[in-house]
Amino acid sequence: MKMDKKLVIPGDFLSDDVKLADEGTYVEDGKVFSSVFGIVSMNKQIRVVPLSGKYIPKRDDIVIGIITEVSFSNWIVDIRSPYEGLLHISEFPRRIDNAEMSKYLNVGDSIMALVSDVDESMKVELTLNDQRLRQIKDGRVIEVTPSKVPRLIGRNGSMIAMLKNETGCNIFIAQNGRVWLTGKDKNVDLAVRTIQKIENESHISGLTERIVKFLKEEKGLTVKERVKKTEEEKSGGILDELLDK
Amino acid sequence: MICVYEIIKNEEEKRKFMVKPEKLIENGIRLDGRKPDELRPIKIKVGVLNRADGSCYFEFGANKVIAAVYGPREVHPRHMQKSTSAVVRYKYNMASFSVEERKRPGPDRRSIEVSKVSREALEPVIFQEYFPRSAIDIFVEVLQADAGTRTAGINAASIALADAGIPMKSLVSACAVGKVDDTLVLDLNKDEDNYGQADMPIAMTPDGKITLLQMDGHLSSDEFKEGLEMAKKGCLEIAQLQRAALLEKYSSKIEGESNE
Repeated sequence: MKMDKKLVIPGDFLSDDVKLADEGTYVEDGKVFSSVFGIVSMNKQIRVVPLSGKYIPKRDDIVIGIITEVSFSNWIVDIRSPYEGLLHISEFPRRIDNAEMSKYLNVGDSIMALVSDVDESMKVELTLNDQRLRQIKDGRVIEVTPSKVPRLIGRNGSMIAMLKNETGCNIFIAQNGRVWLTGKDKNVDLAVRTIQKIENESHISGLTERIVKFLKEEKGLTVKERVKKTEEEKSGGILDELLDK
Repeated sequence: MICVYEIIKNEEEKRKFMVKPEKLIENGIRLDGRKPDELRPIKIKVGVLNRADGSCYFEFGANKVIAAVYGPREVHPRHMQKSTSAVVRYKYNMASFSVEERKRPGPDRRSIEVSKVSREALEPVIFQEYFPRSAIDIFVEVLQADAGTRTAGINAASIALADAGIPMKSLVSACAVGKVDDTLVLDLNKDEDNYGQADMPIAMTPDGKITLLQMDGHLSSDEFKEGLEMAKKGCLEIAQLQRAALLEKYSSKIEGESNE
């Protein structure tokens, strides 16, 4: 299967076939144009994957949220989107009393939740009533650009499986771009660095091979060597660039 | 010495130092060496602010502006939110050091007007209905001003919006045309703006839809038509540079095809 990878900006002409229009595009005068700044993929359907942007909740997504408020019968959850998530008391796996809500989940706690419904006005309802869902009590949660989640997971989960294998960490990637890692500190560090590399370079082809190589190299390095390497990689700030013209 | 000090302090005397140049155009060449239909040099840098969702630094001759875009995000204050679409907010601000004589900081009549027209220049291209109950905030800071800051601001803001991943119909490009010494010129600089006969900032999409048109001074209807054509050419030129700047941010070699 061959895929064209091309950067496009909003307003770029993509195709004359309106039926191919998918996410990240719009149709005008019987032509398909790009609506975002991103990478176009012409695989059956034409879609443009944005290089940045906020997470927009969809039903059945699994997200990692942080409780920001406990109200009378709802937990209000930050799901890294313009819209807050609502977790109703009845969606908690156990029957609990209104007065005791903050005993189970308090402000600042992290949860893995399922988006059970999103209505027209973007009211987002969450649930914890599912085998896969739970409160996050250990490990580390990091954030990546939501539009890069599919690249991080890889085709049929290949990238994430490789990452889990190589680092020995347990990794869960939520659709809203939060990643939950558990494992030995040293291994989690390595996984975090690798994920950052994937995020920064996901638009450059040959990603998988580069990541395999990166992991191999990193695992061979001692702590001292690694510190030296990161210092070398640090680039100058924008001010330097602006000033030296 | 005291005498000199007094002269400079006196506003009226000071104006004598800034006299109108005798000719703004000589042999078809402008004061800064440009031809009538030539833009000032442009420099663009995308993604200069890490905290913002999208950002852009834009130089338009001696103008230096920086644009930051946040959102879509929650609307504060709440009552501003629209239930079916995003609200776009645009804040244009001039730094106190952006002009020779210190500009009193804070919003004033002019910056409120510029904010309003710039917002309206960008709103038609943004797919606001994709994000009900949210806000898209655009901030434009003028670091150095030299006539044409609103057009520079719009150019910067439209790149910053794209950088933030906000869905748009297209970019918006803006530049001004004006009349000095009875000649139509593109993209006026400070002297031409101060002593010229007309100044007309225009913003448009690459396919020629005009989203902003203001005019200060007088133009005949023929001059207006000719000026519009000049601005169109100028905007297309800017659109090319805007596109190049966006692509450059991710230029680290994207091969045309890959097997991933």
